[in-house]
Amino acid sequence: MTPMVKAESVQKSYGRLEVLRGVTLEVAAGEVMCIIGPSGSGKSTFLRCINHLEKINGGRLSVDGELVGYRQQGDKLYELREREVAAKRAEIGMVFQQFNLFPHMTAVQNIIEAPMRVKHEDRSEVSVRARDLLELVGLADKGDAYPRQLSGGQQQRVAIARALAMRPKLMLFDEPTSALDPELVGDVLDVMRKLALEGMTMVVVTHEMGFAREAGDSLVFFDEGVVVERGNPRDMIADPQHERTKAFLSKVL
Amino acid sequence: MVSGTEVAGSAAPERITAVPVRHPGRWVSVAVLALLAAMLVHTLFSNPAWRWGLVKKYFTTGTVMHGLVATLELTALAMVIGVVLGTVLAVMRLSPNPVVSGSAWSYVWFFRGTPVLVQIVFWSFIAALYPNLSLGIPFGHEFVIFDSNKLIPLFVGVVLGLGLNEAAYMAEIVRAGILSVEHGQTEAASALGMRRLDIMRRIILPQAMRVVIPPTGNETISMLKTTSLASVASFVELYKATSDISSSIFRPIPLLMVASIWYLIFTSVLSVIQYYIERHYARGSSRELPPTPMQKLRAQFVQRRDESSA
Repeated sequence: MTPMVKAESVQKSYGRLEVLRGVTLEVAAGEVMCIIGPSGSGKSTFLRCINHLEKINGGRLSVDGELVGYRQQGDKLYELREREVAAKRAEIGMVFQQFNLFPHMTAVQNIIEAPMRVKHEDRSEVSVRARDLLELVGLADKGDAYPRQLSGGQQQRVAIARALAMRPKLMLFDEPTSALDPELVGDVLDVMRKLALEGMTMVVVTHEMGFAREAGDSLVFFDEGVVVERGNPRDMIADPQHERTKAFLSKVL
Repeated sequence: MVSGTEVAGSAAPERITAVPVRHPGRWVSVAVLALLAAMLVHTLFSNPAWRWGLVKKYFTTGTVMHGLVATLELTALAMVIGVVLGTVLAVMRLSPNPVVSGSAWSYVWFFRGTPVLVQIVFWSFIAALYPNLSLGIPFGHEFVIFDSNKLIPLFVGVVLGLGLNEAAYMAEIVRAGILSVEHGQTEAASALGMRRLDIMRRIILPQAMRVVIPPTGNETISMLKTTSLASVASFVELYKATSDISSSIFRPIPLLMVASIWYLIFTSVLSVIQYYIERHYARGSSRELPPTPMQKLRAQFVQRRDESSA
């Protein structure tokens, strides 16, 4: 079976700063992979490369068997057009640390915007789906609220619903709970657990070890732009093999 | 006894009745300002040279009304050109294509760098510079030829002068608005698969509006008055209409008053419109919409009543 995400020595640099120095890993369909690592280790950058918010400088990165951002013909690479990049992104959901809801739209409007603009779906149909999604994330009564009227945890759950409305085959979470008050983290993690149980393929950059242990199928430790260690979350947290993993885990646990 | 949990259960605290701080300075300033206001009103009505009778007589005469309509038309059309072209220029300015952004930059450089008065006169003379305008192949055959004087009457020349100049300023205002929208918004929209133009139209511009509206209101009010420069090109708008009358009756002051009062009336109307547009675009940026003046007034009365009944 083709892996959902396949990275082969992915390299990314900003000017002379090398952020990813050859990342190789695979995410199987239906797998929930959590990525941990110190700040600046490149874990968020890697996540953003998967939907081409960042362009990689070297290596190969593909989603569901298709290269990200390029088309290969023979041994030549062709950059994709904006339209093609957008079409691929539409199949990948992303949730940001800062939520990034559209502040001038209500929760429902936030959710239906992309299905209507990108997939040209019928407004009334999508609106029904939006209400269902809001129920899924436990915010059935907040459909007409503007983001400012919602708490951080509620905003993040709307953001998850917004991503799900596009019926993505892969969900990327970029530190989804890092900007939240501690008592609000649980609600967001509950929604993510639900998704994991439903079989969604997820790549989650997180500091939530509890979530990684219970909901994750695999755990990856990033440091200085490379994958240092990868394994089963429970085993790895209990008994890390690598020195750097041990040092990091001893600080966060 | 000083424990935090006691507070909730304890009886309501005694109501504070204190002597408010006195503000003698306020009374002094009221007295001074009231005196000045009284002097102003007195001189306005005691000095016969103001000739309020003439102001009243000419306030709504046909010539003035005609000029007023022309002023409003100029303002509206010039602002429409300014806002539309300005938005296009702002988006061009932020384009990754250096030729496109460079052209927008040059436009702003030129039209902001020369006086609007010069531009108005220039456009009203355009027919002298290019007596004929034609449609055809560049440097080649011409299919249709127009007479510039007919294609660009004085009114159109003045509108172009004002509008093209305004576009340069609006471009900078809209650009500032676009830049004020967080980059995360573009990222979130791109991640959902939205295309650049859709992101600009649906996500960025509506949010930029909150920053763009106040200075645009300013520009509109300023434009209403700047239209008086069209008089230099012999275009009859409000100021030219009143000054034409005053030069035939040799009374400049009353007719300046006529023009000023009309300008004030319409700048006031524009301020009110601006307030409501700002309120509309405040959606989502504050938890509650700011009150309308009527709501504010009503709230004051309710408060007064509550205080007097307490």
